[in-house]
Amino acid sequence: MSDYDPVEVTPLHADEVSRMEADALAAIKSADSLDALKQARLAHAGDRSPIALANREIGALPPAARAEAGKRVGGARKAINEALAARQAELEAERDARVLVEESVDVTLPWDRRPRGARHPLTTLQERIADAFVAMGYEVAEGPELEGEWFNFDALNIAKDHPARSDHDTFFVGSTESGMVLRTQTSPVQIRALLQRELPVYVISPGKTFRTDELDATHTPVFHQTEGLAVDEGLTMAHLKGTLDRFAEVMFGEGITTRFRPNYFPFTEPSAEMDLKCFVCRGASAVPGNPPCRTCKSEGWIEWGGCGMVNPRVLIACGVDPARYSGFAFGMGIERTLMFRHNAEDMRDMVEGDVRFTLPFGMEI
Amino acid sequence: MKVPLSWLREHVDLPAVTAHEVADKLTAAGLKLESITSYGHDVKNVVVGEVLEIEELTGFKKPIRHCKVEVGEATPREIVCGATNFAVGDRVPVVLPGGVLPGGFEVGARKTYGRLSEGMICSERELGLGEDHSGIMVLPADSPIGADVVELLGLRDDVIELEITPDIGYALSIRGVAREVAIAFGVEFRDPADVELPEETGVAWPASIGDPTACDRFVLREVRGFDPATPSPFWMRLRLMRAGMRPVSLAVDVTNYLMLELGQPLHAFDRDELDGEIVVRRAVAGERLETLDHVVRDLDPDDILITDQSGPISIAGTMGGLKTEISDGSTDIVIEAAHFSATGISRGSRRHGLVSEASKRFERGVDRELPLVASWRAVHMLAELGGATVQPGVTHAQVDVSPPRIAIPVGHPSAVAGVTYSKETVVARLEQVGCVVTDGEDPAVREGGVAPTGVVTGGALAARLAVKGDDMITVTPPSWRPDLTDPNDLAEEVIRLEGYENLPSVLPSAPAGAGLTEGQRLRRRVGRALAEGGYVEVLSYPFFSADDFDRLLLPAEDARRHAVRLANPLSEDEPLMRTTLLPGLLKTLVRNVGRGFADVALYETGAVYRPREGAAEVAPVLGVERRPMPEELASIEAALPDQPLRVAVVLTGEFERSGWWGGGRQASWADAVQAARLVAAEARLELSISADQHEPWHPGRCAALYVGDTLVGHAGELHPRVVEAYGLPARTSAMELELSRLEARMPGPVETPAVSPYPVATQDVALIVPDFTPVADVEAALRDGAGALLESIRLFDVYVGAQVGEGNKSLAYTMRFRAPDRTLTAEETTAARDAAVAMAADRVGAQLRSS
Repeated sequence: MSDYDPVEVTPLHADEVSRMEADALAAIKSADSLDALKQARLAHAGDRSPIALANREIGALPPAARAEAGKRVGGARKAINEALAARQAELEAERDARVLVEESVDVTLPWDRRPRGARHPLTTLQERIADAFVAMGYEVAEGPELEGEWFNFDALNIAKDHPARSDHDTFFVGSTESGMVLRTQTSPVQIRALLQRELPVYVISPGKTFRTDELDATHTPVFHQTEGLAVDEGLTMAHLKGTLDRFAEVMFGEGITTRFRPNYFPFTEPSAEMDLKCFVCRGASAVPGNPPCRTCKSEGWIEWGGCGMVNPRVLIACGVDPARYSGFAFGMGIERTLMFRHNAEDMRDMVEGDVRFTLPFGMEI
Repeated sequence: MKVPLSWLREHVDLPAVTAHEVADKLTAAGLKLESITSYGHDVKNVVVGEVLEIEELTGFKKPIRHCKVEVGEATPREIVCGATNFAVGDRVPVVLPGGVLPGGFEVGARKTYGRLSEGMICSERELGLGEDHSGIMVLPADSPIGADVVELLGLRDDVIELEITPDIGYALSIRGVAREVAIAFGVEFRDPADVELPEETGVAWPASIGDPTACDRFVLREVRGFDPATPSPFWMRLRLMRAGMRPVSLAVDVTNYLMLELGQPLHAFDRDELDGEIVVRRAVAGERLETLDHVVRDLDPDDILITDQSGPISIAGTMGGLKTEISDGSTDIVIEAAHFSATGISRGSRRHGLVSEASKRFERGVDRELPLVASWRAVHMLAELGGATVQPGVTHAQVDVSPPRIAIPVGHPSAVAGVTYSKETVVARLEQVGCVVTDGEDPAVREGGVAPTGVVTGGALAARLAVKGDDMITVTPPSWRPDLTDPNDLAEEVIRLEGYENLPSVLPSAPAGAGLTEGQRLRRRVGRALAEGGYVEVLSYPFFSADDFDRLLLPAEDARRHAVRLANPLSEDEPLMRTTLLPGLLKTLVRNVGRGFADVALYETGAVYRPREGAAEVAPVLGVERRPMPEELASIEAALPDQPLRVAVVLTGEFERSGWWGGGRQASWADAVQAARLVAAEARLELSISADQHEPWHPGRCAALYVGDTLVGHAGELHPRVVEAYGLPARTSAMELELSRLEARMPGPVETPAVSPYPVATQDVALIVPDFTPVADVEAALRDGAGALLESIRLFDVYVGAQVGEGNKSLAYTMRFRAPDRTLTAEETTAARDAAVAMAADRVGAQLRSS
């Protein structure tokens, strides 16, 4: 114990502390700006504030009184500091709100400084089709557009005298005797795939094709096809159907399958025409009494492409033994697919390159 | 092929089904429905009337008759008529008031030419019977008065038009279609060719086959005393019209009628115009023939001809000659029915640009057993209908042909389909189409005669196509199915008749694929990058004109002038295949500008066609009996032009738009070069760029684009004269780059960079260089001089003005330095910067600009 003589200290009286606290809280409450609050903080919680000075006096009290005085002063300081923090937060929030209002803009203003372009829907549609098959394990095969006649016709079992080989249908390069044509179909890629790849072969080949048609709403001399080919042991027409049904579902949704009708193509035997169940009316419009369907012209089915089992003659021309391997092939017109899938009505739009036609299609289709 | 349902019913016991039901079954069997046309269903109240009185009205511009017509009612009808080709007592078709003519045309009673007209007397056209409107239709005298004309004349019918694929020539006949219908409905088929032929003795007009590769059966029969004035009976004309043929005269109509019914083309010669023995042979060079259409044709040594002692009288199976044609006065007629080479007829018809109903059938394959039957039926119809007398005897020249037989395991159709068909099913289906099926393996190649279709058979192919297995059957196709040559043809018959719709759907499991190739991925990325960058893709035609070379200012020796020429371009103006993508893009740009778009940026990726120096002019057309040898394939490849893939952009107007935010920025050479950088970046390649002079670009605003030492393309602003030649907006810019060259040079996977945690040290330098100095050279020097500590360098200002001296420019760079393992000291950074500046001074004479 020290010999310190404790004295009564006025500032530590309970009444006095309460007054200091009340003064402080009033000043804090009445501070109407962050600056005013700063002044109030200096005056009522700063080093020279009454409560701070009172705090220093605690040490002068007799030990027995210190605890109580300390508790009293501490309580007041805590209340003051809490009030300061609360008021500070309030005023900051008010300030922030005011600033943000001042900074607000019209977010509806246009911002087409660097407009986006677009890819041609025929390109993206070919990619989408290819992707559906790549997902089934196919690879994308390619071949030249200016092609040897042998690849485009002979190897595909299109006989020398076939009408398609005349210059009424086919573009010949140089002369009609040059043995070179602009490919009339993507099928020569089948031949290249069979000659170049190891068996089994599962390929899809999108590309540009050419026939001597004048451009009109439904014809264009330069068009696009996508062709598929699978050659493996034990492939059947049921596999062809399964493949195209799956493809149709991937492209057009669950339950949209295909229908085969007998047809003739030199490079497949048996051959079939492939129809797609209408993905809009799902076949309902073909039933009398139901509303008409513009997409399938109320037939319930949409003609989509050709397919069949690879003619063994084609396999032989490529050196594939038909006794061991069989295969199927299919193909469809991309312009036509675009027409029914997207209600494109005029092929000239696909050719002319008007940006108004292409822009809405964006990056993928 | 247009098939009247009534004609089908004559040969098939069809149940009560609609034309649509018949057409659906045929479509399912491979004879595809094109359209159905209904006749007579809407016609009402047309009856047979007898003309009782005719009063000629006068005072009108044309003759007008007021007639009383007995129609079997309480009183005769009064009818006004403008035709004059009938007389009192004639029976005529009358549409009564309230009646309806084809096309829903209602007829009432009305006042006309001052008289009441209760209905109308009808012409053939008004009844929907063709185009004859020259007068009213006079009916046979025994037509019952008041009878329903529609019933009486058989006007009510449905005609199914079918699309016949080129392999099934037999379906170009009522006979062939009826057989398919009978199979589809499981009902009886009565073959119109099933005719008992009398034992023939003696010959008709003499004839022989001079070239057995042209014709393997040639039949002639004769009639005498034919009355050429006899019209064809109404029923025959009606059927011909409904089937899409125009009635001509009885003799011609009979040949056409039988061709439609049986599928055998027939030709009628005027016997009086024939001169000596007829020989079927190929043409001799220099021979000519004036055909029915009055065209004198130079004949080709490959043409198959019917000739007599005077020379050619007909192009076989295609079109007859004018001289021997039957005319209004022909009374003695020689009927020809033959079996010609399918490929021979097809070539000839194409050579002469003559596609006839006959040639269409011959080139698709005609039943070789028909000529005797068809010619017999023809002469008998001419006798019955035209009062002719059939001359005894028939000329029958022919070449021995042994038909093919195909052996297959009975399970082959099942193996192709992926469905199990029983042996009974397989055999029954093949027999339905007319095949003879026996057990065992006894194949035979067709021998002798002409090519019955375009399909090559026999030889090494036959053995390679053969299918072996258990339970072999041997199938002899019927004479009307020359298309059935291979095992898979038989499989198709079984599968299609069992129904394609009954095939199961089984997804095969393809082996795992490798996905897209790097090149394929690159092309997609390039497309996306350019589109995101503001360019719109176009797919222009690859055809262009030699004028484009001039418009592009290409020098005489420019390789791009060496283009592939098409033998048969769509337009003689554009016979060349593009060697550059630019003309197509520029024309598309002009089109868009013309349609009101001032700000246009377009891109295209596609092949260009670049003939190879010294390449062969002909790509050999190889055989198909085996895989070609590598050198044979190489000989095709060597003739084909190089077809690299390119990408090009063109742009004009504001590339960055002006707007409420301020001004925009005109598209310029810099955007074109940037587009090239964008493309190269997708290939993870950095372009080195240098100034160049290369048409069609502006000589002072053209960048050559290199990857390493390889030139990959050009970019910049177009030459003002090119702009003018294409009608482009001023300052149009363009880039063209060979994507195939980028693909070949794509680096491997990206090496992950070391990311240093130490702080960056930044130094700015301003260098004065002569204004002709390429910025790329200055930057390269700074990079090389700065060494490994340089993290990045960026040109932030280019200044030209008095302060830097005449003929100079000032380039201001920010250089950022960083070390991987320590914080750089100020001394180190300064040393690196000084080294960079020293290198620039050394290489390009750069001076540090004093601040």
